[in-house]
Amino acid sequence: MPTDVAARELVGRGVSAGLVCAPVLRLVPTAATHPGDGPDTGTPEERLSRIVAALDAVAHDMEARVAGAPPAAVEVLQMTAELARDPALASAAESHLRSGCSAEGALDAAVEDFCAQLDALGGYLAERVSDLRDVRDRATAHLRGDAQPVVPSPGYPYILAARDLSPADTATLGESDVVGILTEEGGPTSHTAILARSLGLPAVVACDRAAAIPDGTVVVLDGSTGLVELEPDEERREAVRRELAAPARPTATGPGRTRDGHPVGLLANIGTVADAERAASYDGEGVGLFRTEFLFLNRADRPDVAEQTAIYTRVFELFGGRPVTVRTLDAGSDKPIAFLQLQPEENPALGVRGIRLATTDRAHLVDQLTALGHAQRATAVRLKVMAPMVSTAEEARDFVLTARAAGLTEVGVMVEVPAAALRATDLLAEVDFVSIGTNDLSQYTFAADRMVSGLGNLLDPWQPALLDLVATVGSAAQAVAKPVGVCGEAAADPLFAAVLVGLGITSLSMAAPALQGVRDQLAVLPRSLCQEMASAARQATSAGAAREAALGLAESVRRLADA
Amino acid sequence: MHERRTTIGSRVGLHARPAATFARAAAEAGIPVTIAAGDRGPVPAASMLSVMTLGVEFGQEVVLAAEGPGAEEALEALVLLLESDLDAH
Repeated sequence: MPTDVAARELVGRGVSAGLVCAPVLRLVPTAATHPGDGPDTGTPEERLSRIVAALDAVAHDMEARVAGAPPAAVEVLQMTAELARDPALASAAESHLRSGCSAEGALDAAVEDFCAQLDALGGYLAERVSDLRDVRDRATAHLRGDAQPVVPSPGYPYILAARDLSPADTATLGESDVVGILTEEGGPTSHTAILARSLGLPAVVACDRAAAIPDGTVVVLDGSTGLVELEPDEERREAVRRELAAPARPTATGPGRTRDGHPVGLLANIGTVADAERAASYDGEGVGLFRTEFLFLNRADRPDVAEQTAIYTRVFELFGGRPVTVRTLDAGSDKPIAFLQLQPEENPALGVRGIRLATTDRAHLVDQLTALGHAQRATAVRLKVMAPMVSTAEEARDFVLTARAAGLTEVGVMVEVPAAALRATDLLAEVDFVSIGTNDLSQYTFAADRMVSGLGNLLDPWQPALLDLVATVGSAAQAVAKPVGVCGEAAADPLFAAVLVGLGITSLSMAAPALQGVRDQLAVLPRSLCQEMASAARQATSAGAAREAALGLAESVRRLADA
Repeated sequence: MHERRTTIGSRVGLHARPAATFARAAAEAGIPVTIAAGDRGPVPAASMLSVMTLGVEFGQEVVLAAEGPGAEEALEALVLLLESDLDAH
């Protein structure tokens, strides 16, 4: 790419669709760059009282923003205020002060103590790490006497640029001058992306150098492709203005389909009853992955058929006659399911897990399938049942027989093990459908543990080897005209979703808020282009090049449409 | 020293809103209360951050402890809170 073009364009990840042309303003000042580095004076007692005062000031800032904030934001602001006032934070800082730290250093060390513990717990708790660091950055600014980060309100529409945005920053964006969001950090499931989608603000995240764009620079930001054009010429600005002034192109609604009408099922992933309630309120065609572990985790006894039937019935009722795809219990020696009495293993990921549990304890599988059969008969649901961690056609056949004996009619298996992908034709001869779990398929294909940080590049869904395996399963399913779904984080990325369609995938299952972005993306791309994107991606020799190739083709369509 | 054992009734575990609700109630108890889960803790129950670091899941057993006048009543109220589903709408 010639340098003059490189300087005029930045590429990030489009996470909230929409086109916007406006000047950039940065969140000022950006968060403290080196927390903990400040010089310090005073006795440890004086330092502690300064820390407590700084944390208290942060809590006050947050509480002051509550008035007039939308309900979802109120919760975020109150949570941040409570973290700032947490007595454990001050007492951890106190012990670091005693070992000779400066006020800033003690605060940073205390915050990092808790971050490490929360990070190790994973999931929801790990996400609180960024909230806690936000509290630290704000308190550090108070300790230094610096101004607090504020979202500018210049009185004209602008694109907000930042290294990253904290929940407290984004909480009140709804009624601001912000018309677009651009950040260096974050991903498609970060709170910034989720909030941008809920407010309908075009957003690009993971965009290098975004926070280095000088204030006032006019940019065209495309929240679908992730492309950011700096200082576009007057002709381009005019084109964007015309496009925005034209009657709003209706966002796609209803069942998923490509521009030329090829249907692609758009389904939600759920893992609890509360998830199901949320997902049922979205424009979706049903559930592509209902994880059932929540019924079994953290209890001593086995949930009986009646208890399971009641919960399945409650979930199925929410979806009326729409399909719900249930995955039977997916556990191994790394998950605390007491009644299965699993033996400790050296490598739980490679041990007795998923469908393999049925070889040591068949009763739990029979009970679960029986309860699912009861719940199916009690509701109007179109029930599909699938087993996790299937490797061979024999395992698939055994599961199908057991499920049919319980009165279940649509029976499938997950494809997460490379062996199953390679012999997809054999598996498909036994089952009614298959569903690819991209996260596990990556981990087993690349021999890269999902729980180990630093292996992210190997686990990138754009890795051509993973695309090859998905293609193998896609063609095998097409040959016998059976459905093949993908349920995994990867399906929520609109660009990747288009490539999956090109690989022959017939349904995509994802977190419900991601459905609209994927629906909109598919609606503008003909199926033949999805196929071209897929083959271009597979010809690449790295994950980055595969993504670039697919993006280039998607962009060409947009440019043609603009011309 | 008074102790009470109970299991978590919140489906999401003692994580988000339930951890905040519990810590707030513990702070209002007026006496120091601790909470422990398995080999984690005990930690001050009035600290949401400390409660979250226990990583307590739905159905898991926890031990509350407090001493002094009013300890028994305070623990009883907190046990009732933990047993209910604090995230139910």
